[in-house]
Amino acid sequence: MKALVIVPAYNEGNNLEFVLADLEGYSADVLVVNDGSMDATEEVARRLGVACVSHPVNLGIGGAVQTGLIYALRNGYDYAIQFDGDGQHQANQIGKLVTPVEQGAADLVIGVRTLEEGYKCGVSRKIGSVFFCFLIRCLTGKQVADPTAGFRCYGPHALRLFSLDYPDDYPEVESIITASRNNLIITEVPVIMRQRQSGHSSINRRKSAYYMLKVSLAMCVDAMRGKINWKEV
Amino acid sequence: MLLLVIWLIREGRLREKYALLWLFTSCIIIAMAVSRHALETMAIAVGIYYPPSLLFLLGLLFLLLVNIGYGTSISRLSESNHRLVQELALLKKNLEDLKKTEEKTNRTD
Repeated sequence: MKALVIVPAYNEGNNLEFVLADLEGYSADVLVVNDGSMDATEEVARRLGVACVSHPVNLGIGGAVQTGLIYALRNGYDYAIQFDGDGQHQANQIGKLVTPVEQGAADLVIGVRTLEEGYKCGVSRKIGSVFFCFLIRCLTGKQVADPTAGFRCYGPHALRLFSLDYPDDYPEVESIITASRNNLIITEVPVIMRQRQSGHSSINRRKSAYYMLKVSLAMCVDAMRGKINWKEV
Repeated sequence: MLLLVIWLIREGRLREKYALLWLFTSCIIIAMAVSRHALETMAIAVGIYYPPSLLFLLGLLFLLLVNIGYGTSISRLSESNHRLVQELALLKKNLEDLKKTEEKTNRTD
């Protein structure tokens, strides 16, 4: 099976070199999706000889991932791995994500942070995570450990579904609802992650209240919508 | 207001779809201003004692609906914008790849 590693990057010029060097160890094609960055993200990718798709304007992480998924679908890849451009994800963990998809046991595999390496996250993030887990359980009846994780593997079915419908900003939680509504098999796999290398997370405390409200609404709306006819694409 | 709408249409700054709505609105406002009697009979018919408050009520409802309409228009536009940006980015990539393979074949020739 042919795999594509999608690296969504927005102003990640400083981290990208490190991330791509890390990915060299993993034998799969890599695609950087430059989401309208103002810095040298695109130049860094080109200099390192990595395939790069550039949005002329910023769409948000969801739009970038979706572009990668469409690219994967059109270029005959069987599955895709989302690997964030900020250096939090480790290439040597990709194998764990890919195994369930290669075995055909899952359509969407989510890498969950394990505490082995002493990963620390803020209190507000933890509250948000617990709240979203609860909401997902109410809406889909499924139990997930870390709905905000962005280290994922999209199987052939997920590729088709999400190339049609993937939320724009903060897509991680909402896409779980979309996936489960369309009968995809979701699996979680524990992975080890690093702390951020540099730069700031896109979520800060002031925005997080708005974020939670918006995502909750989007999740409820998503749960009310019908199935998407993705099999015919 | 009628003149403003007509001027905007002439300048091509207002699409016909919206123009029609605003032309219609201008006419209604003019009609209301000209004949106070119509407003008064309407207000009494629905049981409002102070006729101008009917005017405010209608105006408010109208503005609310127009705004919701704009909200849906903007949502639709941003969705198509989203698709266009992605398509453009993918096409640019395709073009680059094509150029590269072309250069390669030219070199081998």
